[in-house]
Amino acid sequence: MESAILIAENVSASYRKNTVLHNVNFKVNQGTLTGIIGPNGAGKSTLIKTLLDLHPRLSGSVTFFQQPFKKAKKRIGYVPQRGSVDWDFPTNALDVVTMGLYGEIGWFKFPSRKHKEKAYEALKKVGMADYADRQISQLSGGQQQRIFLARALVQNADLYFMDEPLAGVDAQTERAIMFILQELKRNGKTVMVVHHDLQTVADYFDHVLLLNRTVIGHGKTEEIFTKENIGKTYGGNMRWLIGEEEKNVVPSYH
Amino acid sequence: MTYTAWILLTAALVGLSCGLIGVFLILRKTAMMADAISHTVLLGIVLAFLVTKEVSGPAMLLGGILAGLITALLVQWLQSLKVQHDASMGIVFTTLFAIGVILIATSAGNAHLDVQHALMGEITFIPFHTITLPLAGDIPMATALLMIVLFVVLFFIAAFYKEWKITTFDPALAASIGIPVAAMHYLFMGLVSVTTVASFDAVGAIMVVAMLIAPAASAYLWTDKLSVMLILSGMFGVSAAFTGYVIAAWLDTSISGSMAFATGIFFTVSFIFSPKHGVIAKAVKPAV
Amino acid sequence: MWSLLITSNTQWVFFSTMMLGIAAGVIGCLSYWKRQNLMSDALSHAALPGVVIAFLLIGEKNLLVLVIGAAVSAIIGAFSIQWITTWSRISEDAAMGMILAVFYGLGIMLLTIANRSFGGNQSGLDSFIYGQAASMVKSDVMTMLVLAFVVLLVVFLAYKEWKIFLFDPQFAKGIGLSIRGMSILYTSVLVIAIVIGIQAVGVILMAALLIIPAVSARYWTQSFRMMLMLSALFGGVSGLFGTLISATGKSLPTGPFIVVVAAAIFIISLILGKEQGVLLHYFQLRMQRKKANAIGTKERSIT
Repeated sequence: MESAILIAENVSASYRKNTVLHNVNFKVNQGTLTGIIGPNGAGKSTLIKTLLDLHPRLSGSVTFFQQPFKKAKKRIGYVPQRGSVDWDFPTNALDVVTMGLYGEIGWFKFPSRKHKEKAYEALKKVGMADYADRQISQLSGGQQQRIFLARALVQNADLYFMDEPLAGVDAQTERAIMFILQELKRNGKTVMVVHHDLQTVADYFDHVLLLNRTVIGHGKTEEIFTKENIGKTYGGNMRWLIGEEEKNVVPSYH
Repeated sequence: MTYTAWILLTAALVGLSCGLIGVFLILRKTAMMADAISHTVLLGIVLAFLVTKEVSGPAMLLGGILAGLITALLVQWLQSLKVQHDASMGIVFTTLFAIGVILIATSAGNAHLDVQHALMGEITFIPFHTITLPLAGDIPMATALLMIVLFVVLFFIAAFYKEWKITTFDPALAASIGIPVAAMHYLFMGLVSVTTVASFDAVGAIMVVAMLIAPAASAYLWTDKLSVMLILSGMFGVSAAFTGYVIAAWLDTSISGSMAFATGIFFTVSFIFSPKHGVIAKAVKPAV
Repeated sequence: MWSLLITSNTQWVFFSTMMLGIAAGVIGCLSYWKRQNLMSDALSHAALPGVVIAFLLIGEKNLLVLVIGAAVSAIIGAFSIQWITTWSRISEDAAMGMILAVFYGLGIMLLTIANRSFGGNQSGLDSFIYGQAASMVKSDVMTMLVLAFVVLLVVFLAYKEWKIFLFDPQFAKGIGLSIRGMSILYTSVLVIAIVIGIQAVGVILMAALLIIPAVSARYWTQSFRMMLMLSALFGGVSGLFGTLISATGKSLPTGPFIVVVAAAIFIISLILGKEQGVLLHYFQLRMQRKKANAIGTKERSIT
């Protein structure tokens, strides 16, 4: 029996004059791995931020696990874009992962040995245990992304939002990250990922949410991720690479 | 305690408080907010003076904190109206500062308070305004105030250490796990204001900016650990204060000016010689 | 006190602060689009030691010489900021704050020495901190006018070069415009605009005259040319009326009044401006919300 754990109804959001999202409606079922796909400026990051109350919502309603965001906060994990933080910040990898537990630790308390161990376990899972004491400024882009993933893992959430976790990472990191996302899914977690590379969508995600200011299509990848729908999502900015398979498409500006 | 000892103690307290607060100013990339707040705090102090008609520590402290917070709010508000961030600061602080100077020039003119004093600070007068405390006996008012402020700063940094860390490093994540990012921002701006007001008497409006930014920036070039950076920055602040005093005594010139200048010396040395991020280290080993 | 206004020297002073406001307004637009609004604040503070050193060297208050000293010192400040940001991980705002305060501290050190060796405030250098237009003599006014004119001429003659340099430096490079050359020119005109203002407005508040008129102008137009003209107008009006108000009282500093007038213009622009003014925006947002809700209700009634 499928159950919708995230329901967005008539969500819209704007940056000053420009409406970035309008009338966004969708439902996400538990245990799915959804790719959020759309051209630059389609509002993918804004959508996540709006759902998580990080960006003001003009209208509509969002419920998580039949509750408003504030009450469901503890069950939701968020991985911002890697470029959104300053990696020169004076701290090490383990410490960044431990930050994922700060909500759980609570005010006026310091992370205990138990928390550090939890963080270390997560680092191990993403294959970064050897780098625990490494200064974050000395990590490669792929390693930084894995640290971010580890930080989300320690949160032990039921629903994850990840903003372009595969952007600019090496092939090995990409495999490692996808392996972990699949595992999360197998454990009944729900994951939504902003994704750029159209070629890998069908391999990586069982569901897609095609977004261009509003929802163009949402559902099982094999039903929704069609040439026609992609064309609708990307408008005219599309060059079809006539390959053997139809999914081999790349936006023209890549 | 001797006259000089009081001055040195006061200077050290300024260096320490500013050094600690400065670390987060640098990491939160709000260094110029220190500049803005140090200017607008003047308005707060003048208003407190006009209301209470006396130069009293608590009232001035309160006025300064309010002015600092109002500055932070106004800057945020202008920014939300799409004014460029640095332009918002520039508009808010110059305007409030101008109002402060006008108020001094027109109504508070010949009283205790003059622009000169507020802007330059007069650490040499500090030992003359004493208050009597139960255990410590007679101690200068400004020094007592700075001790309290240092205690407050230490308390808040320690109590919210991990919250400062996460809201500074990744405010989006912090917000998503339920840490009140905005409240922390204003709390921090409040701490900056408190530190600035308390340091006003000693080093004045503009030199306090040097004390806030330069020691922390120097420390940032020496370490990759937040706790070490805090300790180093505090040490640099105190050392720069002492060095400044020595220079001022030697050249017979403004103590506060010399202290600000001394923070520059500390930064220059760090900038050139730091083993990790110094110019020499980078020239020798260009690929990092 | 109005008799004060009619003396010919005062008229010249009004004229010069107005010209100063115009020049600063125009240069402020360049800083605005270069997104370096607070650079003017850092550089004006950094000018102080140069003023005092120049004074100590020649032993008298000759505005031209002091202005040269100020310019040298401000340019050293500008280079220091650039060195710090390129050669270390210190961000630009920290570098600016540091240079601002450290240079200012050095300035105060030297000023104290200057005041001591020349007896009290005889040097009149204090007016460089808060600005005292009334202390200007005719030769000062002439120096200011000439420099303000030069700045305006540079912007006017190279108008189209400025435009592409500010809006699309990549494109500018492509058509063979030297970015480095333009950057040097930019820093030069910025420094000149700052140093000619510091006697009338003071080092602390000079930045306001470069920032506020430009931002105010932004609320009325989308065109760069129009923005330059409006900013010049706002700057000129601020300079003129600020000086007028300060001249009505005895020994009132000029700088703060000029800034308050500029701020008043800003507030009016912010509220009433036709481009993104607060009032207009409020109505736009309300319309948008209504529309968004309307669409939602419609869709829901269909399904």
